[in-house]
Formats: sequence, C-alpha cells, structure tokens
Amino acid sequence: MQKIGVFVCHCGTNISATVDVAKVAETLAKEPGVIYSTDYQFMCSLAGQNLIIDKIKELDLTGVVICSCSPRMHELTFRKAADKAGLNGFLLEMANIREQDAWVHKDREEATLKAVALGRAAIAKVALNEALIPGESKVTKRALVIGAGIAGMQAALDIADAGFSVDLVDIEPTIGGLMTQVDKTFPTLDCASCILTPKMVDVQQHELINLMTFCEVEKVEGYIGNFIATIKKKARYVDPDACTGCGLCTQKCPTKNVLNSFNLNLDNRSAIYIPFPQAVPLVAIIDAAHCKKLQEGKCGVCAAVCAPKAIHYDDCDKLVENKYGAIVVATGFNPIEVHAFNEFAYDQSPNVITSLEYERLMSATGPNGGTVLRPSDKKHPKTIVFQQCVGSRDTTSRGKTYCSGICCMYTAKHAMLTREKYPDTDVYVFYTDIRTPGKGFDEFHRRAVEQYGVHYIKGSIGKVVPMSNGNLKVQASDLLMQRQLHIEADLVVLAAAMEPDKSAKHLAQQLTASMDNDGWFTESHPKLRPVESPTAGVFLAGACQGPKDIPSTVAQAGAAASKAIILLIKDKLKGNPCVAHSAENMCNGCGACANVCPYSAITYVEKEFRMPDRTTLIRRVASVNPAVCQGCGACTVACPSGAMDIFGFSNKQIMGEVDAICQ
Amino acid sequence: MNKSELLKEQVQRNSGVNVLKCMRCGKCSATCPNYDVMEYHPHQFVNMVENNQVELLMKSESLYMCLTCFACVERCPRGVEPGKLVEAIRLEAVRIKENNHLKPDQIVKKLTDKMPQQAIVTAFRKYTK
Ligand SMILES: Cc1cc2nc3c(=O)[nH]c(=O)nc-3n(C[C@H](O)[C@H](O)[C@H](O)COP(=O)(O)OP(=O)(O)OC[C@H]3O[C@@H](n4cnc5c(N)ncnc54)[C@H](O)[C@@H]3O)c2cc1C
Ligand code: SF4
Ligand code: SF4
Ligand code: SF4
Ligand code: SF4
Repeated sequence: MQKIGVFVCHCGTNISATVDVAKVAETLAKEPGVIYSTDYQFMCSLAGQNLIIDKIKELDLTGVVICSCSPRMHELTFRKAADKAGLNGFLLEMANIREQDAWVHKDREEATLKAVALGRAAIAKVALNEALIPGESKVTKRALVIGAGIAGMQAALDIADAGFSVDLVDIEPTIGGLMTQVDKTFPTLDCASCILTPKMVDVQQHELINLMTFCEVEKVEGYIGNFIATIKKKARYVDPDACTGCGLCTQKCPTKNVLNSFNLNLDNRSAIYIPFPQAVPLVAIIDAAHCKKLQEGKCGVCAAVCAPKAIHYDDCDKLVENKYGAIVVATGFNPIEVHAFNEFAYDQSPNVITSLEYERLMSATGPNGGTVLRPSDKKHPKTIVFQQCVGSRDTTSRGKTYCSGICCMYTAKHAMLTREKYPDTDVYVFYTDIRTPGKGFDEFHRRAVEQYGVHYIKGSIGKVVPMSNGNLKVQASDLLMQRQLHIEADLVVLAAAMEPDKSAKHLAQQLTASMDNDGWFTESHPKLRPVESPTAGVFLAGACQGPKDIPSTVAQAGAAASKAIILLIKDKLKGNPCVAHSAENMCNGCGACANVCPYSAITYVEKEFRMPDRTTLIRRVASVNPAVCQGCGACTVACPSGAMDIFGFSNKQIMGEVDAICQ
Repeated sequence: MNKSELLKEQVQRNSGVNVLKCMRCGKCSATCPNYDVMEYHPHQFVNMVENNQVELLMKSESLYMCLTCFACVERCPRGVEPGKLVEAIRLEAVRIKENNHLKPDQIVKKLTDKMPQQAIVTAFRKYTK
C-alpha cells in the first residue's frame, strides 16, 4: 500500500502570492495513496526539512512529493533529507509550482488549479518510482589542460601545485599564447615578456607538469573522472630531448625567406627555426613546407651542423593515448582577418596593419628591435591613425556582433606608448564608444588623452587611399565637430575583432562541450557556474570562453583549476542512476538507439536466449554503459520496439504523469 | 500619431530602414563622397528621422546632393542603410501634390538630341510624384 506525503511550499510569497497553497494541500490530500498533506512557509529551511524527516519516520511514508521550486534548485536538498530519514531519495518527486506556475501566471484561481494538476502528476509518478542506488566510478588523478597561453599555464601550475599530474598541450611549438606577441601590458604597462617568461619557465620546471607542445588533441572519449584522450604529437623533425637550443642550425639553414608568423609576417625566418629567443621549450623545429631536404630531398645542412645530432628528417606524427580525471580547455582567441574590410586598404598597403602587428612593431623582439618604422620604407611614422571596433559590434556578414572587450584598452596603450616614445608623432584614435570598465582602466584611457595628447575623435574612418609615396589618405568623420576629416597618415592601425581559435570547434565536438553561435565555449551557468562547461568534468579558462584581458584570464584560470582540483581530490564519484537500459527480450538490435545517442554510450552485444521450445537463439541486443549514459532519453524515443527505458523516468511513469494531468 | 510621427513611420516603411539599429559610429558620414556639400549628413538623416524631424530633411537641399552611391549602405556595420532612407525621404518630398520637381512642360525646353530617352524616364521617376 502506498503511503505518500505531500508538502506544499509557500516560498515566502514567491508561490503563495499567486497560488492558494492551503487549498493545494487540501485538494492533494484526497489523491489516492496520499496519507498526509500540508503546506509550509519554507520547505528548504532546516525546519522544513525536519518536518519532512519527522513525517517520513512517523508515518512510515513510501513516497514524498514536494510542491515547490524547480528541481534544479533543491532536488538534491530534499533527496538528502529523505535519505536521512531512511527513505531512498529517488522515492521523492518535486512538482515545480514556482517557475512553471506562480512566476508565469497572474490569475490566482487558474494558478491554483495548475498547481494541483502538477502535484497530481508528481503523486502519480512517485507511486511508480523505484528505489535507485547510484553507481560509483573511480577518478583518474591526472588533468589534461588544452592550450598553454597564460590561462592554460596558470591552470596547470595551480593543479600541479595541489599535487596532481598535469599534461599541458599546445598546438604551437612553444607555450605562452598570444601574450608572447604583446609588447607591454595595460593597465600597468609592465612588459609582457617580463611577467610571462618566468611563468613559462615555472611551467617547464614543475615536476608534475608534462609539457606537450606541437600536439593536438584528436579524440576524447569517456566521462567525468575517466576521460581517455588521443593526442597527436606532430612531427617536429628535431628531438626535443637532444636539442640544446643553440640556434646554429637556424643560422646555417639556406632557406631564409620564410614568412615569420611569430612576427605576423612582418619579417622572415629560416625553414628550421626557434619561434623566439624565450620560447619554451627552447627547441628548434623544421617548417616542413619550406624545408629543402623534406620537400626536394637535397640540403641536410642543419643535421650536418647539429652537434648533439638532434635532427631527424624521418620524424613522423605519433599518437599517444592517456587517461584523465579532469579537462581544462584554454584554447584562447585570435584577431579576425581584416581582408573583407576593403575600405581600410589593408591588402593594398603594407602601412595598414592590425593592432597585433603594431605590438610586434613596438616589441624589442619584433622585426625592428622595438623601433616603430612603417613597413613600406622603414621610415619613422609622423602621423598614426588608429581605428577601433574593426569587425566588432558589426551585424553584417563581415563582422562579429559582440564587443571584443579589450581593444579600447590596448588602443589607448598603443597610443600612449607611441606618444611617450615619439613625442613628435601625431596620434589619432577613431572610436564609436570607449569601454573601459576595469579597475584603473578609465583613468588609463584619460591619461592617454590628458597627459599624452592623443587625439580621440568620436567617429570613424570611411576610406583609406594609399598613395605612391607610401602615405595614406584617410577620410574620416568627426561627429562632435560635424565635419569630415582628411588626414595624410604614415600608418593606419586596425583594432580587429577577436574570435575563438579555429581549432576549438573540433575540440568542442570531441568533448561534447557546447559553444555559442560565435564559437565561444559556453559555461554551465552564466552567473553561478562561469568556469564549468555543461559537460561534467570539463572546465573553461581564459579567452576561449569569451574575449578577456590578462587579469580576468588569470582569475578564471585559477577558478577552473580549483574546480578541477575539487574533482581530482575525490577517490570515487557517484554516478547518476537515472540511466537508460534496454529490456533485452524486447530489443531486436535494430541500431536506432546507438545512432541517436550523443554520448556514444550504447553498444550491441550477442546474447543467448532460451526459446519456449528449449532451443537457444543468439541475438544482437543493445547494451548501455551506465557510466557514460547521461540519461538524456534520446534513445527511449528512438527505440521502435519500446525496449529502451530510463530508470526514474520510465515510459510508464511518464504516461502516469500525463494521465494525472489530463484527469 | 501626429504628422511628424506618421512621416517617420512612412519613410522607415518605404525604405525598410530601422533607425534604432544605428549605433552612432559615423562610418556612413566618413565614407560619404559628397559630405562637404551636404547640409545634413547620412548619420544625421538616421538620427533626425529617429527624432521625428523628417520635415526638416524634406526641405533640405541635401536630398538632392546625395549621389545614391550607396557607399554608406555598403559600409554601415549595423546594416542600417542610410542611403535608402535618403531616397525614401526624397520620394516623400517629391510626392507632395503640386510639388513636382520636374513638370512635363519643362521637358521640351530641356530636350537635346544627345539626351537619352532613359534619362527622361529616370528623371520623372526620381523627381515627380
Ligand atoms: C593586440 C593585443 C594586445 C593585447 N594587450 C593586452 C594588454 O596590454 N593587457 C591585457 O591584460 N591583455 C591584453 N591582450 C589580451 C591578452 O592577449 C589575452 O587576455 C590573453 O592572451 C588570453 O590568454 P589565453 O591563455 O586565454 O589565450 P591565448 O593567449 O590565446 O592562448 C591560447 C593558447 O592555446 C593554444 N591553442 C589554441 N587552440 C588549441 C588546440 N586546439 N589545442 C591545443 N592548444 C591550442 C594556442 O596556441 C595558445 O598558445 C591583448 C590582446 C591583443 C590581441
Ligand atoms: S637542432 Fe641542433 S643545431 Fe639546431 S638548435 Fe637544436 S641543438 Fe642547435
Ligand atoms: S572594446 Fe572598444 S574597440 Fe573593442 S569592440 Fe568594444 S568598443 Fe570597440
Ligand atoms: S554607419 Fe550605420 S550605425 Fe554607423 S552612424 Fe551610420 S547609420 Fe549609424
Ligand atoms: S548614398 Fe548618399 S548619403 Fe550615402 S554615401 Fe552616397 S552620397 Fe552619401
């Protein structure tokens, strides 16, 4: 015999203002199986929980229904209370009469009727519930951090400092990310290398961090606590353990005219190269597409000069497989290509550059050793025009709808540093709005205007026309002065919008981690779970989740690391018992369920069946891995023979709810 | 709705422009090749329509200074299409009864052998109701 208790919550006035809670309790008391029904001001409070516990014990309840908020809010709270009273938590159901009723209706009478209907459905379901025991799985005590920019490095350091091993993977030959290309950093103007390179060395020297540069995560399987990743070690043609980073090979290599991507193609490098002098690991790498030996079979100079014999032309890609308990994604961002914005003549003139290219021009490790010279003729620029928001806040097919968040600040930085170093240079900044919400940020921007005399103009460049002498005719609007300006400039610098790394999409598919329409990784909750991906065990750090500056990136990386540590410190994880299972005698092995399962939890096995005539028959049937299944229910809908069901949400239980509502 | 508001509705409907999409970046006026001879500039057309000032625009010579080159339409990052708005207001101005900017009896005097027929048709379309 069912002995169900019903508890209706007021939620202060959140529910009781719209729903007649006393009446709901009174009406539900008459439902079959219900032996106790009451209402209370705050069911989730300690007193409320004690009320539930007392009644379970006192009346020996077989099921409990709480009519209150969304189960996302308090299901766990109430299940724990039931467990405490000795009733399996899965014999408790919640009817959401707040979000799905009180908050969305105005009419008290109708809302009360709806609360009763929702309560009835929960009662009908709980009568069919079974006690469920969550399974347990072990946690692999090792983390995978993907992307070794400042975010990935910080996360790896924090996790390793907590005592767990970390594999830190980067797709590039060196760690460091975008910050390696930045000259000085706002808002304090300390040099990026000075704060970054010591951290890069810390990462390299940490005994629990295993650096995997020039590697790509190809495939990820498994689930929280038990991920299996296949990582491709791309051919470097140089043995990183043997190479001493002496650089002799790069000097002797005869192919010197390869565009240097570290300096954004503003100068050239050799086919065998070390990305930059502070690279970690400080190891050479052969650019296979340009190496004469690898392309044409002749040359071999570098191997001949390399004393430790580190160069191997027969190197090839290798796959390694590893197990991890937690994964941190830190794949960062990049500026967009600006070719589509042809009004700026980026493709027509070398003197039209992006802001990141300007960082390289200013940097001591850049093409001119830190002297700003215009690319066309290496002349000192006397007039520089900056354009903000290029491709940001743009709803057309050329751009991105969002604000890239960092460009107001770095443009102020560029303008200020230019004026400081070259007081004879005129600097103009065209802006739509100035967005400087960080600590000390607006003061920073005002310094550019007030102390450094940068001409900030509310308006935009409309057209750039390159002249034969390399100068640029800039036509622009000055909205506050109501005039069109014509400036002859030496250099035009475009603050290009930021976008997620292009490789992140493949990674997201492997991790079943969701992304928004622009390709940024989405967090589990925009306010309350900002560093967790909706996929359990996958955490987000830095600019892969949205544009950010270094301070926010580092803060987020620390948060992601602490979440990963909370996971890794556990020995075992409780699984979700509400997983799918197939009734083998009904399953005909058609394959429909595995086709729709987004987590690849379903496989097929050959099973022996005893037939009524005592013969045996071997049939293919579906088998669900409960550790992988997330209980999404896609398979139960796809199964044509009604064999697939979910524990806790069986077809019978759901039909019971529907019948109760349609009563 | 008063007359100014009606006009605002009308020119937005005819042009397909939603003036609220403008973020005041000034790209349209930066790109406009005829800026210097115009009293009101493309971004002002957008902002003045937003503020119910279509009548002022209808009286302005700027309506006929716009080259309909559509540089502003091409470049606006928010897809506002100011040039189309200019055209819709121009249409509004020439459509006022008895206010044709081109009358058939003027044509005879202006005709030359070299003028293509198409030009006359276009002129009627553009400057008469
Ligand atoms: C021009 C410019 C100037 C800036 N100036 C400043 C400044 O002055 N002050 C400031 O605070 N911020 C500044 N920033 C912002 C700063 O660069 C970022 O905040 C910071 O780089 C974000 O770090 P991150 O680690 O999240 O991403 P990134 O630096 O982008 O690092 C991501 C890393 O992940 C790797 N990666 C990508 N995809 C994969 C993959 N699939 N597998 C493995 N590895 C992968 C990349 O190779 C890279 O190493 C500037 C940005 C720009 C563009
Ligand atoms: S590959 Fe050999 S020559 Fe080149 S940097 Fe390394 S040790 Fe020196
Ligand atoms: S941060 Fe500034 S420059 Fe960058 S998109 Fe936003 S408003 Fe434009
Ligand atoms: S270009 Fe577009 S968004 Fe910018 S001011 Fe002109 S109409 Fe407004
Ligand atoms: S269409 Fe008219 S307003 Fe727009 S840019 Fe051309 S001339 Fe200027």
